[in-house]
Amino acid sequence: MFKIVTAVIGRDLKLAMRRQADIVSALFFFIIVVSLFPLGIGPEPDLLRKLAPGVLWVAALLATMLSLPRLFADDHRDGTLEQLALAPHPLGLVVTGKVIAHWLVSGLPLALIAPVLGIQFDLSADALVVLTFAILLGTPALSGIGAIGAALTLGLRGGGVLLSLLVLPLYIPVLIFGAGAVDATVSGLGGEGHLSLLAAITFASVGFAPWASAAALKIALE
Amino acid sequence: MLEADNLECVRGERRLFAGLGFRLEAGELLNLQGRNGSGKTSLLRMLIGLLPPEAGEIRWKGAPIKAQGEDFRADLCYLGHLNAIKEELTPLENLLAAARLADEELSEDDALDALEQVGLAGREDLACKYLSQGQKRRVALARLVKEKRPLWILDEPFVALDTVAVDWLAGIISGHLQRGGMAVMTTHQLVNIPAGTIRELRLG
Repeated sequence: MFKIVTAVIGRDLKLAMRRQADIVSALFFFIIVVSLFPLGIGPEPDLLRKLAPGVLWVAALLATMLSLPRLFADDHRDGTLEQLALAPHPLGLVVTGKVIAHWLVSGLPLALIAPVLGIQFDLSADALVVLTFAILLGTPALSGIGAIGAALTLGLRGGGVLLSLLVLPLYIPVLIFGAGAVDATVSGLGGEGHLSLLAAITFASVGFAPWASAAALKIALE
Repeated sequence: MLEADNLECVRGERRLFAGLGFRLEAGELLNLQGRNGSGKTSLLRMLIGLLPPEAGEIRWKGAPIKAQGEDFRADLCYLGHLNAIKEELTPLENLLAAARLADEELSEDDALDALEQVGLAGREDLACKYLSQGQKRRVALARLVKEKRPLWILDEPFVALDTVAVDWLAGIISGHLQRGGMAVMTTHQLVNIPAGTIRELRLG
């Protein structure tokens, strides 16, 4: 059962490595959007510290959105999605593999670069640790929930805009608890509560979203 | 044995066919004929279970394919009109990845042998985006060389092939039928398949 998940992850990572421009452009988008805020707002450390969690998280949501439309579209266009649907495994497992691979190339790099960007906002060391941890915990949920939207809009013209309209509202809980964790740390309350809720959202969405996406993909393949 | 009973296909507002049925035994080939838009591809997609029929039932080894799910798909090899190969990967990587995802055993030597048979020796390590249309089709067809599954569903397998490759593919399909396999295919070309019983079904 896990053989198919690892096979899909292996294939998708290999494809991503051959097309590194995609990974790099989403990462640079994240870096630039986050860096524009301190430049636009000006050097007021108190204000920047207050804005930091929200800005970083909103930028992370948007950066994730960039790579979502292609999650299934490439496989759909060249016919490999059909072959994946005909493999003797539940399609949900295949999508689980694709979601994990998507997180490894789009969510993980964001978490790794986030502490560096946090310094621009004068965040304390504690807050930087919590920020990194929160993005690490929350981004798999973004990939999982995003997969449902990507599957529902597969094959539609102008699906990219529709995808954002569908998926961004569903990202709100992740945004609230992700930014809340850092806020709570900055104000000295401790972010553990927010982080555990974030972990719960991630487990639920990575566990269930692939099966919902698989149902949507079957409709798209008819 | 593959059986179809009383199948009906509606695409959009149009009914493409109704009351269609056939029975295919081991070693038989069903050749679907019909003009463009007569529902050949729709029928193939029904047979592989991706398109639910409006009415009727498809049975594999006596049980409905819908109820069998993964067991049916483990007996099935489908080649669509899209090649299902990744442009960024090499032919060898494509074959090995496809086999792994379909849960088939394929060693690297077998894959190299298959690529040699389709005339891609020396190009195993070139990304598929640098291959011609016909060569890409050959990468897709290389899957069939080592394919041991009993039911092959082939959508226009001879498109984009030169005459040598057409004869080679006809030989591969004959070999499959001789081993007791079954095949359903569509083609607009006149192709001579030397072995097995060939049955024709005309749509529209």
